[in-house]
Amino acid sequence: MGPGPSTPPVLAGFNQQRRWVLVKGLLLLAATVLAAYLAVVLGAFDLTPGAVLGALLGREEGRAALVVWGIRLPRIAASLVMGWSLGLAGLGTMSLLKNPLASPFTLGISQGAAFGAALAIVAFGAGNLGAPALAGQSGGYWSLANAYLLTGCAMLGSLAVTAVIVLLARVRKMSPQAVILAGVALSSLSLSGTILVQYLASEVEVAAVVFWTFGDVARSTWREIGLLAAAALPITVYFLRHRWDLNAMNAGEDLALGLGVEVERVRLTGMLLCGLLVALGTAFHGVVAFLGLLAPHIARRLVGADHGLLIPFSCLLGGLLLLLADTAGRLLVGSGSLPVGVLTSFLGAPLFLYLLLKGGPR
Amino acid sequence: MILEAQDLRCAYGQRAVLKGVNLKVGSGQIMAVLGGNGAGKSTLLKCLNRILPLAGGEVRLDGMDLARMPRHQIARRIAYLPQRQEPDQLTVFDSVLLGRRPHIAWSASRRDHRVVEECLESLGLVHLAWRRMDQLSGGEAQKVALARALAQEPALLLMDEPTSSLDLHNQLEWADLVWSLVRRRGLAAVVALHDLSLALRLADRLALLKNGKVHSDCPVNELDEAAIAQVYGVRVRLTTVEGWPAVVPLGLMEKSA
Repeated sequence: MGPGPSTPPVLAGFNQQRRWVLVKGLLLLAATVLAAYLAVVLGAFDLTPGAVLGALLGREEGRAALVVWGIRLPRIAASLVMGWSLGLAGLGTMSLLKNPLASPFTLGISQGAAFGAALAIVAFGAGNLGAPALAGQSGGYWSLANAYLLTGCAMLGSLAVTAVIVLLARVRKMSPQAVILAGVALSSLSLSGTILVQYLASEVEVAAVVFWTFGDVARSTWREIGLLAAAALPITVYFLRHRWDLNAMNAGEDLALGLGVEVERVRLTGMLLCGLLVALGTAFHGVVAFLGLLAPHIARRLVGADHGLLIPFSCLLGGLLLLLADTAGRLLVGSGSLPVGVLTSFLGAPLFLYLLLKGGPR
Repeated sequence: MILEAQDLRCAYGQRAVLKGVNLKVGSGQIMAVLGGNGAGKSTLLKCLNRILPLAGGEVRLDGMDLARMPRHQIARRIAYLPQRQEPDQLTVFDSVLLGRRPHIAWSASRRDHRVVEECLESLGLVHLAWRRMDQLSGGEAQKVALARALAQEPALLLMDEPTSSLDLHNQLEWADLVWSLVRRRGLAAVVALHDLSLALRLADRLALLKNGKVHSDCPVNELDEAAIAQVYGVRVRLTTVEGWPAVVPLGLMEKSA
């Protein structure tokens, strides 16, 4: 639907911009589908496209079906949902705090969740994570009560850190760099707490906690994936609903207030929702470093600063990046035991340094 | 449209900034708020828009108490241009579209886009529509801020020192633009300014603030040198040059005077 001869120049430009963004969105979707296809086909157990299709359609049974439905599809879905969540939470924290260096990992929110979950594993016996992990299996070991306990404790940890960050950023009016330093301090505090918990734990519990904190998408069952997706979806809708508010807040707080935005309400609710999403993701998949920083910054390069576009692109990119990192991790070591958090750290740490040197992209 | 502020009080913590301000401005009128640094000009503008909470008094818009109106409804009637334009990566088009935020429920309609287009056209900004905000000059950014405010379709414009970062050319261009927009669209405007000559050129009424109170509130032609001397502590001469009013500073007042 091209602009006709009567379309005014500004709106013609608008239509052209949107068409270009649509092309980028379709390319991103195509890349995700391709990455998902490769993730199903490639691995320690090679599958032919025919065998994958057969398994997907229920015509194939035996090992191919087991590998596709029992191992690879949950892993792909977990990567996409976790990546989506971190992309959203990263963009959310960045925009709500107006800080290009902010993300769940750099603010210590992920580490807070990790501490809460470690406490749940050791002190309350939530999750028997060591055995299946060491056996190289995924799924089947979660009881619902354990999932609730682990998630609840992770949530408390993450929300406690979120609350401190919001207080420091808003009440004390700290600079973006100072907030990141506070994040480093809170992160260290959470890490110390996790180490203390490990010190007091038995060997099996220590193994469970250490394995769990790596950040991995191999351990999810469809239930955790579903729970995380069930949280990510309405939270995505919330942020999309408030995309105008986020645009306004990025243009200045007084301006946003003048445009009718309830700035403090949006900031507090948004940060709590980000904390909740990170808590759930971390409880199920451990700490996945830097993805919440990578995805929004790449999205900003692709589509600019409008949150109506940034939110879907950041979520999709988060999913794609985590899926690529996980697939690469599987292929690199062959056995499927390289946690994806290690790879995202390798990718994210240089980006973080680059942003620091550049003084942020704004 | 009539905006009325009665006994307006505002404080930052224990420090009272506004100590009982009374103001009234109506459609087709431009009021310049003048006063020295720290007199409370910016605070007054933010109170008129409920950006800052009041410690006392009330603001009424066509008789309705602003404190009882939801923020987005206030934004449909009153547009606010902050003093500082924060660096922002939105395109000019999207930045002006933000002005439609108080009117938009979920997504921008064709009408919203048309309004933005009209605002860009009326301020001569069409050629900048797809440029990023952080790539504009100070004068261009100030015009975009005005376009965004117009996109709100407000009855009242509140402008906080809009010319503070503009050169002489852009100051005059901006003043002429605001003057003609207010007349053409029947708006009201309250503008905080430092430049007395520009205020005399632009405004219909002047409100001089001193120590958080209105020292004098008068039509432009009734301003006298004594009032300026008392508010700023500077001896001045009011004159006209080729029909334009001008304020010539003569020297600082003696402390004891």
